Amino acid sequence: MSNVKIWINNQEMTVPSTYTVLDAANDADIYIPRLCFLKDISETSACRLCVVEIEGLNTLKNSCTVQVWEGMKVHTNTKRVNDAVKNNLKLLAANHHFECWVCHREENCELLELLRRYNVPNTMGEDPTFSKKTSYCNISNSLTIDTSKCILCGRCVSACNHYTGLGILDFNRRGFDTYVAPANNDFIDDAGCLYCGKCIQACPVGALSGTSDEDIVIDYLNNDNYYVIAQLAPAVRAALGEEFGNPIGTNVEGKIYRALKRMGFDEITDVNFAADVTIMEEGTELIGRIQDHLQGKETHLPLFTSCSPGWIRYIERYYPEYLPHLSTAKSPQQIQGALIKHIYADIINVPKERIKVVSFMPCIAKKDEADREQMKDKGVKDVDAVLTTREFARLIRRFGINFNNLQDYKPESPLATYTGAGAIFGTTGGVMEAALRTVKAFLEKEDKHTIDFTQVRGSVAIKEADLVIDNQTFKVAVVHGAANFPEMFRRIKENPNKYIFVEFMGCEGGCINGGGQPIVKARDLETIDVCKLRAQALYTIDSENKIRRSHENPNVVSLYQTHLGKPGGELAHKLLHTTYSKKEVFGEKK
Amino acid sequence: MKTKQDLNKIREENLKKLNLLDNNKYRVVVGMASCGLAASADVIYDIIEQTIKEKGLKDISLTSVGCIGECALEPIVEVYDKDNNRYTYCMVNEKKAKEIAEKHLIGGEVLNRYLIENFKKVTDEEGKVIDVPNYQYRIALKNCGIINPLEIDQYIGLDGYKALEKVLFEMTPEEVVDVVTKSGLRGRGGGGFPTGLKWKFTAANKGGQSFVICNADEGDPGAFMDRAVLEGDPHAVIEAMIICGYAISATQGYVYIRAEYPLAVERLQYAIDKAYEYGLLGKGVLVSNFDFDLEIRLGAGAFVCGEETALIASIEGERGMPRNKPPYPASQGLWGRPTVINNVETFANVAQIILKGADWFKAIGTEKAAGTKVFALGGKIKNTGLLEVPMGTTLREVIYDVGGGLTKGKAFKAVQTGGPSGGILTKDDLDTPIDYDNLVRKGSMMGSGGMIVMDQDNCMVDIAKFYLEFTVEESCGKCTPCRDGNLRMLEILNKITDGKATMKDLDDLRKLALMIKDTSLCALGQSAPNPVLSTLDKFYDEYLEHVVNKRCPAGVCKNITKLLITDECIGCGKCLRNCPVNAISGDVKKKHYIDLELCVNCGTCKPACPVNAIVSL
Repeated sequence: MSNVKIWINNQEMTVPSTYTVLDAANDADIYIPRLCFLKDISETSACRLCVVEIEGLNTLKNSCTVQVWEGMKVHTNTKRVNDAVKNNLKLLAANHHFECWVCHREENCELLELLRRYNVPNTMGEDPTFSKKTSYCNISNSLTIDTSKCILCGRCVSACNHYTGLGILDFNRRGFDTYVAPANNDFIDDAGCLYCGKCIQACPVGALSGTSDEDIVIDYLNNDNYYVIAQLAPAVRAALGEEFGNPIGTNVEGKIYRALKRMGFDEITDVNFAADVTIMEEGTELIGRIQDHLQGKETHLPLFTSCSPGWIRYIERYYPEYLPHLSTAKSPQQIQGALIKHIYADIINVPKERIKVVSFMPCIAKKDEADREQMKDKGVKDVDAVLTTREFARLIRRFGINFNNLQDYKPESPLATYTGAGAIFGTTGGVMEAALRTVKAFLEKEDKHTIDFTQVRGSVAIKEADLVIDNQTFKVAVVHGAANFPEMFRRIKENPNKYIFVEFMGCEGGCINGGGQPIVKARDLETIDVCKLRAQALYTIDSENKIRRSHENPNVVSLYQTHLGKPGGELAHKLLHTTYSKKEVFGEKK
Repeated sequence: MKTKQDLNKIREENLKKLNLLDNNKYRVVVGMASCGLAASADVIYDIIEQTIKEKGLKDISLTSVGCIGECALEPIVEVYDKDNNRYTYCMVNEKKAKEIAEKHLIGGEVLNRYLIENFKKVTDEEGKVIDVPNYQYRIALKNCGIINPLEIDQYIGLDGYKALEKVLFEMTPEEVVDVVTKSGLRGRGGGGFPTGLKWKFTAANKGGQSFVICNADEGDPGAFMDRAVLEGDPHAVIEAMIICGYAISATQGYVYIRAEYPLAVERLQYAIDKAYEYGLLGKGVLVSNFDFDLEIRLGAGAFVCGEETALIASIEGERGMPRNKPPYPASQGLWGRPTVINNVETFANVAQIILKGADWFKAIGTEKAAGTKVFALGGKIKNTGLLEVPMGTTLREVIYDVGGGLTKGKAFKAVQTGGPSGGILTKDDLDTPIDYDNLVRKGSMMGSGGMIVMDQDNCMVDIAKFYLEFTVEESCGKCTPCRDGNLRMLEILNKITDGKATMKDLDDLRKLALMIKDTSLCALGQSAPNPVLSTLDKFYDEYLEHVVNKRCPAGVCKNITKLLITDECIGCGKCLRNCPVNAISGDVKKKHYIDLELCVNCGTCKPACPVNAIVSL
């Protein structure tokens, strides 16, 4: 790689020849505005805000994709450039629906930030001469698309393609009438969408959002008739702090518990507990299948994990022939809900109809999961409302709670106890590692107390590892990010007997990078490995926990002794397992 | 599979036929491109064929050909005799067709009154018929209207595929690129980029798969040069694409053509099939070791897909949206591979250049723009149609001598070139020799060759609006300035033509136009403000009149126009009969009046008046 000498604003610099003008400016800390640019994901040069003047060229050029050349002279702050940026911002503003105070991007809207910085008046938007575009809404139980706020930067379209390989979102119509939606604005739920939520996080404004249950939760809390129980997912504690200015990867578990208490939740539980239960169920299922297999009985191996609702939506739509491989165990969220409604309700002596279970999740697909028909029992849902990490932060603000000043709190509920294994569920490889710890212990003639399975950790798209039990070696695999699923299936098809267990997570990095997590600014994403930092918080919780294997959680053990009986037993099966079915994409309209 | 020798034999035979050196006495051709067919040329063809059959005429060859170029005079029948005389019968109807067949073909009598000379008279200002030199010089349209596009043999007869032979068996790829470079051929699609250079850059990246693409996504309003070539002489394009493939080491070509050209698609596909049959396409072209495949890709009619990166996206199956350049297609084009994209007309020049040499081509036209250019002449001009003139011909020569001047003897006001990307040229520019750089210097551009002539009845604000409406409709919606900015400009223009604009709007309009030009992603966006900017520059007074006095001088902008009948009125009643809302009253031979309460300012009465007594205020 050679270097070239260039000048930006008369400042001489030597940069690699593969650099774009924007790379060079970033290195020199020269500010260039941008909206449509997401490094390596969306480099479409559509917004025309990063334009610069390059000497010798007739028109302004976008700095995000134009590569540097020897002797290039760039100007980023001339009147011509500033006017162009300002005028383009004016055009964008004129076609944007401003209702910032109810918009979930109020705190971190990239358009608003630029409008402030360039002091752009919205004269054009307020002049009745100028028409507004036609807007469309596409709202499902999990995802809301509101094109009135869309500025057509195309970041969601690129992100959808990049992260899922499915291309659910795209541009419809053209010119001024262009809008982003599934093909022909068909209902998003029918369009094969996974609800990974990557589009929401890619969006610079509030055109995409999770469909919020905030007000429902407030109603629950204000209704004395309800006994409202909160459950906190593993990954939320590693990210919520970011919403309040804490560094990425800060564990704010204690403050979250305190905030929930302040808000008036009657009881606070932790999904990590249910994660431990999940391992009991899924682990038992795996052991059963391995034993069947070893005895030559027909069984479905590899077993697939079933914790990630994005992944469940994926397999039901794109690889339904593999559904028998899917663990029938519910996800931790639903296990916790079912345990609360059908067992814990009796213990605390509150009728289950009066109990409202509210989940705090890093994920928007969890909203859809809670709505599944299989997750209801005679009209009683396992989980009544699901809030994402972002919605949780908004709720905390709406309650006027000064989050950073909160004292840590530890809930007393037995359903809030967890092991290190439960804690790492929130990151890629976590479910696998937790399962391996328990399965190995169960199958080994003598328990060797193996805790760390580092092969399954880290950011590699598909990780393979060996599970050695006494003298026998089994292969397992971990895959995260829906875009990598086809490759995983290719490997499984190529060698159907290779793996015994595969962990699938819909999001790259697992739940810690879920679609409901705080939005990291496009510019920060270029330099920070968000997944790694957040995952580290979970691994620290794990390593600091005295108990690190799910089957050693004393409350889990007693739950099985007093109520459930054996893992995979009759009652456990009724409450904690579910079914799946093939789903059509763009199926026939009813 | 045909060999070189086979082609030579076909060539000899067909050249004889075309020159009537066979047993035939006459060669009769009927122009049956889209324009001819629209004027029922097929009926005329049938009548002549029928007569030939009925009368048992054995010494006449009847053939359908592509566009002859005189669009306003369709249907056209041409008769060639053994002495190489050519008689062009215009506006042939069923009666005339029978007459031509019976009198000329049987009796040998030339029907002078139907000949083109009666229709295309060039007059001077006093109406006296004058002789003008023939400016036309046909390279790209060489075979159009001469050969039957469905007969590959006829194409071969007129030196078809001879250039391909020469290239394959006598030249190296580098030599081919060299000849094209030296010829000075520049892209005829609008930008005018040197073709040889494009080929050279692409050839420099060879090594893997490269592609040749022919851009036949002609979309400018009023432009139909490419269609004429594809309908009239498809093999010229096919041959050039194979030559280009050889020059840049590409073995796959695509013709990207809009589906709204069904006849062109049909004829091109037929020609491709024939070329495969003859072994001119496919494995081992002309029994050489060069392979070349050619496929058609249909566009769905998006104007932006004429932009090369959007075109590439469209072929790849993506939404037709432009990508940023660089990287240019020459290095990363179709599926990321080196790609040459040339326009139909550009390709149509290539075989000739190879055959006759770079020097021959360079000698035609001007120093910086060699060769000829095909124009589609339209608007308020007498001889609308297709013409091909050497570069450097002046606008005056094209409009007055070739085009025969304006209709109804009205005064020339402006000519629009370059379609929605171009601009307006005025009386002051009439003596400008037409070439790429001159037109750009004058605030317009060559574009693909549409040329719309306007007279005093055209409102320049309205014209700007017309083109902008087109771009607003055709913007792909990708980049902010083009997607949003163009509509905002149009909305300001609407304000102006509605008489609601202020001077600030005029200022905003210019600023917006300059910004869009400066920051848009692709050439479509960058040139979209051109019609606005050039009318603002050259007809600022007219804008001012709209803004300050709320008046449209040409009487076009309905919302600010009031129509009035002057004392010139002779009371003929033509206006009264033409008024759709019965707003005009008056007795015969007495002055008529317009009821302004009823009048909708449609302006229908204005051209109906024989004495120009209706004026707008």
